Amino acid sequence: MSRQSVESSNSPIRLQLKGLTKQYPGCLANDSVDLEIASGEIHALLGENGAGKSTLMKMIYGVTKPDAGQILWHGAEVHIKNPSMARKMGIGMVFQHFSLFETLTVTENIALALGDDAKDLNELSERIVEVSKQYGMELHPDRHIHSLSVGERQRVEIVRCLVQDIELLILDEPTSVLTPHEVDTLFITLRKLAADGCSILFISHKLKEVQDLCHSATILRAGKVTGDCIPAEAGPTKMAQLMVGDDTPITTDFPKSVGAEIFLSVTSLSQKSDDPFGCNLRNLNFNVRSGEILGIAGVAGNGQEELLAALSGEHLTQHAEQVKMAGTAVGLSDPRKRRELGLAFVPEERLGRGAVPEMSLKDNTLLTGFLQGLVNNGFINQAKTESFSNKIISDYKVKTPDNRAAAQSLSGGNLQKFIIGREIMQNPKLLVAAHPTWGVDIGAATAIHKALIELRDRGAAILVVSEDIDELFLISDRLCAICDGELSPSKATADTSIEEVGRWMTGVFDEIDSQPDAVSSTHQPASN
Amino acid sequence: MFLKLQPRGEASLAMSYFSPLLAGILTLLTGGVFFASLGHNPIDALAIFLIAPVSDLYGFAELCVKAAPIMLCAIGLSLTFRAQVWNIGAEGQLLMGGLTASAVALQLINVEAFWVMPVVLISGMIGGALWGLLAAWLRNSFNANEILTTIMFNYIALYILLYFVHGSLKDPEGYGFPESALFGDSALLPILLEDTRLHIGILLAMFAVVAAWVFLSRSFLGFQIKVLGLDSNAAKLSGFKHKRLVLLVMLISGALAGLAGAGEVTGPIGQLIPSISPGYGYAAIIVAFLGRLHPIGIFFASLLMALIYMGGELAQIELKLPLAVTSLFQGMLLFYLLACDVFINFKVKLKNTKPDFKTEHA
Repeated sequence: MSRQSVESSNSPIRLQLKGLTKQYPGCLANDSVDLEIASGEIHALLGENGAGKSTLMKMIYGVTKPDAGQILWHGAEVHIKNPSMARKMGIGMVFQHFSLFETLTVTENIALALGDDAKDLNELSERIVEVSKQYGMELHPDRHIHSLSVGERQRVEIVRCLVQDIELLILDEPTSVLTPHEVDTLFITLRKLAADGCSILFISHKLKEVQDLCHSATILRAGKVTGDCIPAEAGPTKMAQLMVGDDTPITTDFPKSVGAEIFLSVTSLSQKSDDPFGCNLRNLNFNVRSGEILGIAGVAGNGQEELLAALSGEHLTQHAEQVKMAGTAVGLSDPRKRRELGLAFVPEERLGRGAVPEMSLKDNTLLTGFLQGLVNNGFINQAKTESFSNKIISDYKVKTPDNRAAAQSLSGGNLQKFIIGREIMQNPKLLVAAHPTWGVDIGAATAIHKALIELRDRGAAILVVSEDIDELFLISDRLCAICDGELSPSKATADTSIEEVGRWMTGVFDEIDSQPDAVSSTHQPASN
Repeated sequence: MFLKLQPRGEASLAMSYFSPLLAGILTLLTGGVFFASLGHNPIDALAIFLIAPVSDLYGFAELCVKAAPIMLCAIGLSLTFRAQVWNIGAEGQLLMGGLTASAVALQLINVEAFWVMPVVLISGMIGGALWGLLAAWLRNSFNANEILTTIMFNYIALYILLYFVHGSLKDPEGYGFPESALFGDSALLPILLEDTRLHIGILLAMFAVVAAWVFLSRSFLGFQIKVLGLDSNAAKLSGFKHKRLVLLVMLISGALAGLAGAGEVTGPIGQLIPSISPGYGYAAIIVAFLGRLHPIGIFFASLLMALIYMGGELAQIELKLPLAVTSLFQGMLLFYLLACDVFINFKVKLKNTKPDFKTEHA
């Protein structure tokens, strides 16, 4: 292992990991990982899903114990028993999924986490205000969590760490739930924190962010450290190659296209959500043309699920005309009818909606492929199902022993390739894909993007809903954003910018007045 | 505790087959201890309980007579359980099937024709199916939990049966006994073996086993039922009709239980009496799970359950034990099965005390 290349200053080493190893049944999650973080350093831990990032930080935070190796804290070996011990040592962690009680206030939530150290609640409120001001994170201590936005909730989690004396803050993919503007605000806070001497371990797979923010980076692949670098110098391409290895091609550009006739049209779709914490749809109007990809950006929970359910047919609309496919009003039709008209659908949840976890890939082929002649007179055509599933596996390079493997035994990326393949091989006229590469490694993501572009070039209409704004810019021909159940106008990708889409994601649709016909922009060929 | 349960990464297939066997062995061991504590030689007592009943051809025939209704009910139940529809109402559906079959058989008491027996059986199936559909309708329309409704329908079915057996279906020449008249010969199920009570019910049950097997593994409806049970969100996304599938499984399950009831009144009983089932519908729940909800597994589990029924009767005679010994064995079997099933997803490990010791220094 090359020597840590980034001891830029003379700051003392705060945390040092030596040969940390963790074996899970059937998987070596961490293989002799070394890592050093100096005080005041923002250190990135980069890696694809499944590279072992989470395991490593769980060991630092005392959630799991290493099988071998040492953790040195201020140069002395420690055995971190549990998270509360880690917190006492000055290690704070913000998980990807927040652990907050919705019905309690900010102060009460933080008091709960502190336990006996919370003392007087009024004093704590003052401290919360003080800390949040100091680091530029506006936060009202008396507000209830359920009334806060996702970005604000994350602030609560960070402030919770900061009200204690903290020396190391671990952030697990903190930007995945934030709008671009919120990301900028977070970075300002983190830089301030680092300047005050707090070390930060920033876990991410978004290379641009790492490059913007971090002083140094350690890259993991398959549980092993594959390199250390200074992100500002190395550049995203080099880091990406370190993450995925040399044999995986990384595509960064696709030609844009202009659609032909309208295939899917959604007209004044308003809908109350069944979920009390869901989001009501408010007067959505958009359409998708054959041969184009429309991307819908937005932070999760802004109506995407409700919109997708209305498109798939899981939730019927009030009037049939609100959703039209190829001129046919399908708002009141069930999913099967819509599939017969050429709809294919890739849901957000791979296991437990896109695929039945316990069932084999062969059976999961039948799950949505039953219209492809796999059923004769009510009986399953075993031979055809067999060959159809094998064709998906070989065409989409799904890594699996055979088609009898249970869906749950596949990695996220492999299963997603299978699901995308299954939907595309039905030659859909319209593909609706929700978060198609969420949690998928770069290699699989590239394969999925290519497959979507190929399908588009064959003339299918594609709607992609994603939280990953870079992905949307990469593959979409047209972009819009959803916020609080409302849809922004759409623009050809080349005519818009991350900043503009970021504004749309926060609900600022300033173009609505000046551009009443939102679709008109697509009539002009997109310059590419 | 020095032992702790550790999750296996993946469910153990071997254990899922071994678990019912292990449960059977543990039931036997506990049964032996139980007999010994009552002052019987455990080996002899178990032999009386489990081997003596089937030591001759008559015993074997009786085994099949008892296994047939259990098998029919359990096959139906396994379909509903696969769809995550928790039908506990096979007993009530069986009773309703027996009642409607009896009502029709009594109407045709003097008719001698080949079609009488099929008509009687089919009316039993319709009676059971309608009783099952009632619970499915309540679930679909009002979100009524089928576990509760089917259990309650069991009691309602029993009291409806009692009402008729004490009322309009009572034999006018029966000296006031709560029994119907004996059915006509053409309504009775043909006997397969001379001098035994073995009737064609066991063939119907075995046909149901094969049909269910084909249905589950080969038909698209069977596939939809499995998907619905494993992952209702996937079923919904694929456009499988949830409510129709619930109706379908309850229809099949009710019809099979109804057939079991019809087979009882037209088979070994030959008339309608107040107690046409010694809890076959409840025993079938245990059988369905013991057989891993698989038709072949259910076939063997039904035979075992029938044996426990016969053993209980013989133990009553030979060992002077109360008939409750049957329920005891049924209960133990279910208890051990549920306990052993834990090991499908977990394995036992000796508790490692080392890490705790090490962290003392930190």
